[in-house]
Parts: sequence; structure tokens; C-alpha cells
Amino acid sequence: MSLHPKGPHATRRGLLLGLAASLALGRTRVAFAQLPGERRLVVVILRGALDGLHAVQPYGDPALAGLRAPLVLPEPGQEPGPEGALLDLGGFFGLHPALPALHAMYAANEALVLHAVAGPYRSRSHFEAQDLLEGGATERLTSGWLNRALAAVPNPAQARAGLAIGTGVPLLLRGATPIGAYAPPGLERPAADLIYRIAELQAADPLLGPVLAEGMRARGFVAQTIGAPSPQDRDRNAFPRLAAAAARLLAAADGPRVAAMELGGWDTHAGQRNRILPLLRALDDGLAALRDGLGAHWARTAVLVVTEFGRTARVNGNLGTDHGTGGLAFLLGGGVAGGRVVADWPGLTEGQLHEGRDLAPTLDLRRVAKGLMRDHLRLPEPAVALAFPGSAEAPALPGLLRG
Amino acid sequence: MSRSVHVAAVRFGLGLRLGEAPPDDALGWLESQLGPEAPLPPGHSAAEGLRARSEDLAERERNAGDLEGQGRVVPLVRAETLAWARRRLTAEQPFRERLVDFWMNHFTASRRAGLVNPVIGGFEREAIRPHVTGRFADMLVAVVRHPAMLLYLDNAGSVGPGSPFGLRSGRGLNENLAREVLELHSLSPAGGYTQGDVQELARILTGWSVALRAEPFGFQFRPQTHEPGSKQLLGQEFGPGEAGGEAALRFLGTHPATFRHLAFRLVRHFVADAPPPEAVRAVGASLRDTGGDLGAAARVLIRLPQAWEPPLGKFRAPMDYVLAACRALGLPPERAEAVLNGLGALGQPLWNAPQPNGWADTAAEWAAPEALMRRLDWAFTLAGRFGRLDPREVAEAALGPLARAETVTAASRAGSVRDAITLVFGSPEFMHR
Repeated sequence: MSLHPKGPHATRRGLLLGLAASLALGRTRVAFAQLPGERRLVVVILRGALDGLHAVQPYGDPALAGLRAPLVLPEPGQEPGPEGALLDLGGFFGLHPALPALHAMYAANEALVLHAVAGPYRSRSHFEAQDLLEGGATERLTSGWLNRALAAVPNPAQARAGLAIGTGVPLLLRGATPIGAYAPPGLERPAADLIYRIAELQAADPLLGPVLAEGMRARGFVAQTIGAPSPQDRDRNAFPRLAAAAARLLAAADGPRVAAMELGGWDTHAGQRNRILPLLRALDDGLAALRDGLGAHWARTAVLVVTEFGRTARVNGNLGTDHGTGGLAFLLGGGVAGGRVVADWPGLTEGQLHEGRDLAPTLDLRRVAKGLMRDHLRLPEPAVALAFPGSAEAPALPGLLRG
Repeated sequence: MSRSVHVAAVRFGLGLRLGEAPPDDALGWLESQLGPEAPLPPGHSAAEGLRARSEDLAERERNAGDLEGQGRVVPLVRAETLAWARRRLTAEQPFRERLVDFWMNHFTASRRAGLVNPVIGGFEREAIRPHVTGRFADMLVAVVRHPAMLLYLDNAGSVGPGSPFGLRSGRGLNENLAREVLELHSLSPAGGYTQGDVQELARILTGWSVALRAEPFGFQFRPQTHEPGSKQLLGQEFGPGEAGGEAALRFLGTHPATFRHLAFRLVRHFVADAPPPEAVRAVGASLRDTGGDLGAAARVLIRLPQAWEPPLGKFRAPMDYVLAACRALGLPPERAEAVLNGLGALGQPLWNAPQPNGWADTAAEWAAPEALMRRLDWAFTLAGRFGRLDPREVAEAALGPLARAETVTAASRAGSVRDAITLVFGSPEFMHR
């Protein structure tokens, strides 16, 4: 399929010539904004399932405290707890205090919070749900929706239009459209949480248990306790560094236009309040790094942050949460119609919960992604349909972007 | 699947490949790999390597020290190391490959000595591989005659003081190779040799040299540097000439102390860091009774009850660990580079041991705190490239029935494929073989 009407000027060169003409006419801003090839999209996958009710707490919902008192943070303006108090999002929802940069974007009307969202699937398996999230259909596909969408995005001169940031290419970006990949040299380090889980396995080994404990100590882990934060906050640095690299590459004139990156470790079955802290900080630092690194391009950038599903509304027996359904997404960027929480709030009473346990999803995540495809990347309808096959019941969500 | 089959695959093999059907019969599978020699894999001979080096040198001499591009030796060595990794990813006789690597380490010729580079692949194919189920004495002679060893341990430049060239130049012996043959390759210090024996063997081996820049681009016996007269080694007399050297090596290669030493090293490598004495005795007896038949020794080795119970008694050195992980992930041979990078990242770069005694073979040397952390970093980095796999299948290939319930549970609860694979590779059972 072609993005442009057939004809002698339907080539990319033709579009560039058109841009030059627009510049000469003094309509640069509009011209840039309307050029499909100048817009940037970053998709961040939070693997392991972010607890949406923890990151964006509906403190205005009277049922919240009864479900998860140990995870509820002080309301905005109240006496702050160890992590601080919630950052207000307009009187009903509060943002976790470890997300200050995101809150600043929200205040600048550049961040949108989408709550009670979910894909069309109802799987509580991480692996299956991640595949469906990235595949973009209700059955497992071998290519990702972002890759299929890229088929309709013009290639910049020197690079692939799409770029996978970090080790490996997520399913989201796999498929027929060639994509680039960037990973920093050297070995990556697992998140502290994963190291702690391995340490639990190794603890039974008389030889390796103590050796690994010493290795962890030397790297600054305080104790082999799940939930103890990593003092050197390695996690916190790795993702922002990747994000900064992604921003640098995306900002280049001949660089990629679409990038995907991921941050894992959100599977907080125990000690969630501490375990989620370094992850939220890393995410926040990374989103700030994207904004700062993209500079003037931020105005033409959208960043979509998604996770495979939400978590149980009730706290479990280990002060954590288990696999749930309705979750959270963020959309940020200079052109995003932000400063709002988009949620058809389902409520948290017993009867309102999905299967009596999970936040009920009221917004299909595909609608958000399709809205971005259509209104941000300006892809024609057939290209959007190719990215999300069989999604007629989930039409593109309008109004995600300004202007 | 029976547990013994999996023990065989990790203890004597290189671990199962993703989706690989395990053999039905553990012992039969191992036995079959000790049968008739498979054809030698292709590669560059030592002579081709030395010729390439000579051509590189000649080009440098013509061009004021410069070489266009990488020259000839660098790509040749690259091809050899990649071929090594590819063979181990796809090996149909992984036990045989393990034996090749064991003997390569026993007879370490390290690439840290630059001259070894062009001949290291040839060393494996010409001196080690043909003999891993043959006679140890044949292997010892082939090793000591090989340019890799003659260059690595400096014998190529050793000069008999009483030889024509020695008398003329005043140059003398280099004892390096002779000492290591006695200490590391054959008798070991327990064999009771003296400094005098070291010097005598060095004299015996004078003239064993290498034609580096001319035909035959390989072993060359040089009468001009060979110490004349008979020599006494451990009370035995050896005549002059090249034949005296071969006789001395065959004497050492069939010495009872050598067999005891080899039995100890084989059992330590395949069974336990502290080899059970009765196991060492059994392998040693086989070597003694067969005159050093390494195939027969390997057959005794795989029948040692201690090799099967308890399983997982050996900590995996980085080479074992990296290969097992890459095989469990089904790493395709065209991505063999990842194996070599893994060996480098975990401190055991291929054919690069720091000293002639080779890479250590005990947990005490490898299971260090930061080394373990790096192992996890590496596993996590590698797993990041395999997000499309079913972690249960990876766990099945990696551990099969040796997986502990805790590991299975932790992997099944992981938040991503990558985390699940990292947990499998980070488990204590996968760190052992």
C-alpha cells in the first residue's frame, strides 16, 4: 500500500521538495508538523506488569483503602510517607511521588494518563499477554504492530525508520519491515530484583550461595532481602542511559523515526512498595532523558508507555499484588493533548471489579495505539488496519493530540 | 526422560540443544562417540598458518612495517575460532569435543604467545584430535613435534651447547619445554624427576625446531643445533638424533607416573574437584593395562559410579557454561561469535590460558564473587536476544529432570521470557555439570 496518492510527486523526494516550498512560504511549523517523516514515536514496554493502581492511585475512590491499605500513599498535600505523598492529577487520581518528571509534563499538558486500560486479551500469563500486546491481535502473531505500521512510514535517508533500543528486538518491532537496532557495548546488568530472585535460588547451594552473596555485597547490594532497594541504583541508571541514547538517535536528521525500548522487573508479587520504587525512578528518569534529548523534536514526539496487564486490586499476603487485568498507560510528548487522566472509571467495589479481583478494563489499548497511528504518524486507514488486524470493534481514539 | 541421560549430556557432553531429543541410552550414546575417528574437520593446517604469517611479514618488510587491512593471519585465526565455536554448537559427538578440549588444555599452547596464533587451529587438528581415543604416547609425540608447542615453550630456539651451532655461537639450552613436558604433560612432580632430568630432556630435544619462513613451514629437525651424544633421563639412556627424542617422549608417555597423573586429571575434570581415589585408581589401571589407550580410559571413566552419583558435582568453567547456555537457546551456528564473546566476557577466552598449566579445573578458581555476577550479566544480556523462545523449552534442554522445583517455579513466575531464561541460567544446577 502507498502512503501517498499515486502520481509523479508521490515520492519521498517530492515530499522534501514540498517541505522546501513550505519553508519558503514561511509556514515552517505547520509544514514540519504535517510531514509524516518528521514525527517521532517511542514505545516503552514495561515487562512484568506494572501495578497501575500503585503508580496512579485513585485516592478519590472510597474502596481503594479497603483493598490495599498497605500500598496506599498519602493523598496530595497530606503528611508525606517515606516515599513522599501522591502528586495530584486533578482531584481523584494521584501520581506516585517517584515520577516527578512525568508529573511536570502532566502539569505542562504534555502527559496523558490512561487508566483502566487493557488489550483485547484476558490472559494472565506474562509471556502470552506480552506477545498479544506486541502482536496487536487477539491471537499470537509472528510480527509486531509497530513493525507492520512502519511499512507505511517513509524511511529517512540514512537509516531504518524503526529502531530497537537495547539487547534484542522485541516482537513489537519484528516483522517484514527492516528495522535497526542499537545496544550499548558490553554486558547489561539484570535488575536488582532479578538478582535477588537468583540469589534465593543460589542460597541453597553451599558453594555458590556465599560466593554470590559476596559478589552482590561488592556491587553494593545491602542484604539478600526481596524488596531491599539496590543502593547503587544500577537499574535507575541503565534505562535512562538507554533513553538518552534513543533520544540522540531519534533527534538526528537522518536517524530513525520510531523506536521501541523496554524496562523489565515490574512483577511485584512481594514487597511491592519498595520493589517498585527504583523501577518508577528509572522510568521517570528515562522519560525525562527522552524529553531532554529530543530537544526541539519533542514537539513532534509521542511516547507511549504500556504494560501487558494490570495487577490484582487487592494486596496479597506478601504485601505485593498478583497478575490482574485493567492497567495503566502513559502517553507523553510535546504534541500530546495532556494534563488529563483518560479513564472511564469502573470503580473498585466488589461488584465492579473484573471477576471480583481486578480493575475492570474500560478502554481497549488498541484504540490508543490506533489513535497514534492515525493522528500522530498520520498513517492512512489501511495501514492502521494492517497494524491491528481484526480490530474494527476498537476504533482509533480521537483527541490524543493537540491541533 | 531418564535422569542419567541428562547427566551424561551435561557431565560428558556440552549440554542438550534446544529441542534436541536426548539419547535413549546414556552409556551407549557416550560409547558410540568413542568409536572410529570421525573425519577431521576442515581448517587451516599449521603449515598454511605459518605460510600466511610469513607472507604477512614479507609484506611488512616491503611496506615499511605496514600491512594492508588485517593481513592473512588475523582472518585465519578468526576463522579457526569461529569454526571451533560452530562445531561445539552443532557437535554430533559432544563427548569427543569435550575430550578434544580437555587435551587441548592439558597441552596448553596459548595464543598469548603471538607466534602460536597462526598454528593453533592446526595444533588441535594435527596433534590433539587424532589421538583423543588413541595412544597417549602418540599424542605426546605429536604435541611436542608440533610448531605450536615448539614455539610456545621456546624449544624452537633451544641450542645444544655442544652442537656445531652452539659451539660456534656460544648459545645454549632453553629448558622451558622439557620442564613442562615433565611437570605438566607427563610425569608431574610426583614422578620424582630432578633438575638434572629436566636438563637432559632439554638436551634430548635440541634440534626440534620449526621452519618459520621457508618450506616445510613446520617441524624441522636441525642437526646443527642438536646436542651430540647419548643422554640419561630417569636412569634410561637415549641416543642422539631425532629418534632419541621420540624414544624419550614415548618412554615418558608410557611411564606409570604419567598414567597416574593423567588419571587424576581426567577424573578431576569429569567427576570431582577432589577426585575419589578409587576412581583415579580405576582409570590409572586402565591406562597402565592398555599401554596408555585413551579410548579405553574414557570407557572406564564413563562407567565410574562416581561420575553419575551424585550428579552436578562439578562447577562449570566459563567454557562449559557458555556452550551449554548457547546450546540450550538453540543459538544458530552462524551466530557462533556470541560463544567467543561469552568466553571473553567470562574470563576464559579461547586458547588464551595465561600460563602453560592451562585453565584451572576446579570451582575454587572459577566460582569467584564478581565472576558469578558477570555470569548473570552475560546470561541476562544473551537472554535478551531470545525473547521469542518458550522458557520451558529452554529449561528442558538446559536442565531437564535435573531442574529443582524452586527453579522451575521461579522461572514460571518470571515477568518476562528474558527474566525466565536468566533464572534458569542463574540457578545453581545450571552452574554445575
